[in-house]
Amino acid sequence: MSENGAAPSGRREGSGSRLTLKDFANHIKSSWCPGCGDFGVLAALKQALVKLGIAPHQAAVISGIGCGSKIVDYMRVNGFMTLHGRPLAVATGVKLANPDLHVIVVNGDGDAYGIGGNHFLHAARRNPDITHIVENNQIYALTKGQYSPTSDRGFKTSTSPDGAAESPVNPLLVALAAGATFIARSFAGEPKHLAEMIAAGIRHRGYALIDVLQPCVTFNKVNTYEWYAERIYRVDEDEGYDPADFARAWQTAGQWGDRIPVGIIYQRDDVPPYEEHVPALKAGAVVHRPFDALDEERFAALKREFM
Amino acid sequence: MTDLSITIGGDAGQGVESSGATLSLAAMRSGWYVFSIQDYRSRIRGGHNFYQIRIASRAVRSHSDPVHLLLALTKESVDIHRDNLAPGAGVLYDDSLKVDEGPVKEQGCLLFPMPLTEIAERHGNRVMTNTAAVAAGAGVLGLSLERLKSVVEGRFAAKGPRVVEANLRVADDAYRMAVERFRGAFRYALHGASPPLSTRDPGGNGGETLLISGNEAFALGAAAGGCRFVSAYPMTPATTIFEWLVRKEKELGIVTKHAEDEIAAVCMAIGAGYAGARALVPTSGGGFSLMVEALGMAGMTEVPVVIVDVQRGGPSTGLPTRTEQGDLLFVLHASQGEFPRIVLAPGTHEEYFEAGWRSFTLAERYQCPVIVLADQFLAASLCTLPSEALSFDAVVRDRGELLDHAALDKLEPGQYRRYRITSSGISPRALPGHPNAVYTVVTDEHDEEGHITEAIENRVQQMSKRMRKLEHARQEMRGPKRYGPEDADLTLICWGSAVGPVVESLPLLEKEGVRANALHFTDIWPFPADQARRALEGARRTVAVEQNYTGQFAKLLRMCTGHEVSHGVHKFDGRPFSPQQIASACLEEVASHV
Ligand SMILES: Cc1ncc(C[n+]2csc(CCOP(=O)(O)OP(=O)(O)O)c2C)c(N)n1
Ligand code: SF4
Ligand SMILES: [Mg+2]
Repeated sequence: MSENGAAPSGRREGSGSRLTLKDFANHIKSSWCPGCGDFGVLAALKQALVKLGIAPHQAAVISGIGCGSKIVDYMRVNGFMTLHGRPLAVATGVKLANPDLHVIVVNGDGDAYGIGGNHFLHAARRNPDITHIVENNQIYALTKGQYSPTSDRGFKTSTSPDGAAESPVNPLLVALAAGATFIARSFAGEPKHLAEMIAAGIRHRGYALIDVLQPCVTFNKVNTYEWYAERIYRVDEDEGYDPADFARAWQTAGQWGDRIPVGIIYQRDDVPPYEEHVPALKAGAVVHRPFDALDEERFAALKREFM
Repeated sequence: MTDLSITIGGDAGQGVESSGATLSLAAMRSGWYVFSIQDYRSRIRGGHNFYQIRIASRAVRSHSDPVHLLLALTKESVDIHRDNLAPGAGVLYDDSLKVDEGPVKEQGCLLFPMPLTEIAERHGNRVMTNTAAVAAGAGVLGLSLERLKSVVEGRFAAKGPRVVEANLRVADDAYRMAVERFRGAFRYALHGASPPLSTRDPGGNGGETLLISGNEAFALGAAAGGCRFVSAYPMTPATTIFEWLVRKEKELGIVTKHAEDEIAAVCMAIGAGYAGARALVPTSGGGFSLMVEALGMAGMTEVPVVIVDVQRGGPSTGLPTRTEQGDLLFVLHASQGEFPRIVLAPGTHEEYFEAGWRSFTLAERYQCPVIVLADQFLAASLCTLPSEALSFDAVVRDRGELLDHAALDKLEPGQYRRYRITSSGISPRALPGHPNAVYTVVTDEHDEEGHITEAIENRVQQMSKRMRKLEHARQEMRGPKRYGPEDADLTLICWGSAVGPVVESLPLLEKEGVRANALHFTDIWPFPADQARRALEGARRTVAVEQNYTGQFAKLLRMCTGHEVSHGVHKFDGRPFSPQQIASACLEEVASHV
């Protein structure tokens, strides 16, 4: 423990082996609509943390602004609900200052792929050890139903009355092209699978994208539970599916429409996370570094270059 | 008393800057006070650049207009700077340049043609012509040849002994030739004058004097203040702060991150601040514009973060390499809604150094964003300081009400409230990572535990709690510092970097029969209104001297104290004020308003 007040906390293997879901519960009543897919994400995230033995104080869940981003208010964990589009950037700062924390970002599709698109691109190529869960409901829900970057062509909303004219972002392909080292998709209607994907993402050393098909029962009447359930298939149904095979992953990630792949689409383990390239972190988290690491003598040495 | 100005003029890409830096350091190591500024454009090649070096027997904080020695690397340099030449000034140039000699002579100035290229080629190659020019300049001026050679050695050390040797021979030859041919006739030569600073150490590193730029002083202050995280997107004139800290990353254990844009840079710093690292974001106005939303996030979530806005000429891309004080009201009001922020505007290199550590302590004490407002003039000017002026002993690294591990251990689980209502408005802070202090931070309005709520009573309480911190902080804000006599007919009011030339304009005004003093503000927000009112009590006529168009500080002063300045002197051409310009503008203002 340093003078700085920061407690050395979570290691990769969490310490709370006797954790239960209750440890992550708080008294806040959620404002989500009954039936919202975000309930599934919340349940799955808690399950994944329990399964990995990561206690609430060892994780930092960082979200943006949107329906789904409210998740941090609905669970007991170190949480930071930031700005619309910015949680990846804030999370990168948290991770680089204190890599002992398990940093998990949760945000909506508008947040992640629209306003925060630049951070998404750069997180994917930077590869910090951050797990990124996107609640992709193909709509701007909190602002009451405008089309989003992942809305399909022709999707009619208040801001696309004649149908969306842009081609949708395929986040898996973008992440793959940008160099992401873990890319998965899951469905909020299957929290067990989702919890598995989140756990695999947290275990992955590096940036892990989990794009979650998340029905918005209030504003998206097209992409419903049934719509997704009819289309999804698990990539690991094919025993020969190898997530390390880039070409296969590219072809799989490109699928959308009649058949939508879920599961770990791509993963490689040979890229060290960004933090390992940061010289200042060689001696551990900088939040634990005492101020007197710079003393009078070192200070005098620093001044010498100006003499 | 010695007070000389040397201008080095040439094209971009000709090495004007490195020549200027070499001569500045040689002058400092020869025992003289130095103040240097660089005038360059936002382009890598082509176009006229110049460097101004002032050498004096007392500490100087500004450049000065009359030029005593012009080192012309191009023919055009002579045409451009001729008007500023003092009577008897010298113009030193390569004798192959077709310099228009007539007008220089007519002005009563001296011509010092030198075979600079020839000397360079004799001992090495053409590239060494700048070494020859600088050495010849040092020669006519009468700086120490030994000290000059120590600087040249240092500059070329990385290029290997052969390059060093050749440059030293060039320097030696050019220096001696200049002394022989011209020093005798040059009335501004320093021979005979004894330098004010000790030059005891024969290596030139007396260990007692520094030559440092504003940005370097700030970065050094930040390092001393326990900076643990810096994230930035390159933008002139702030980049050198970031680059200095990046160079020291390994040595000092500071995480440095070149981010994808300024929004990311400031958000990363806020994330690091939340995690418990002292975090800094250097930028200029354009980058700050992108950070505005996140500034409010830091205010609302009460996360300490330091942003330094090194102002340049605006609006928009404006004058990228030039100076202005145009962002004052912008940074004071940036971001929606109301939240506490602290704004510092250091004026001298010492104050900029101090802001480096003080900003962190203020940010952590009041758990709010702190903005340091500097500008290109302060950032890039080189100044001689006694080493003890940047003192480690003075550095305060107070983390405010931060609960340490032991204090957190004593808490019952669930007892900790991050945004507890307190009389000071400051809620004891716990960093994420302790089992007894698991809490949520949100940018929505929130209750004491950090949960979202729009309840009326809570809103009023939390808003008032946050704003109370500002009143608390106000108590440690410093009032204006007075320069010059207590009793004066005219009081010059300035803030930030204008202080250097403003203070130097006082004796010039005195010479013209105007008894003037100056009030300089460094602590801008929360505004030290009481101290300002007191300082202004005896003032007869006031003139606000600002490097902007609209007189932003004068507006702020009126808003906070009711004091209406009698006059305003504004400059917005991107070039820093000189003492002479301020003096004559003040005289004009005063004369036109009698
Ligand atoms: C800078 C900014 N612009 C706009 C908004 C308004 N806004 C809040 S949430 C949102 C979109 C939400 O969509 P998404 O990210 O997909 O999340 P969802 O609500 O669908 O979960 C918008 C535009 C904002 N909060 N901040
Ligand atoms: S509006 Fe849609 S996304 Fe938001 S809570 Fe309701 S169902 Fe969920
Ligand atoms: Mg959405």
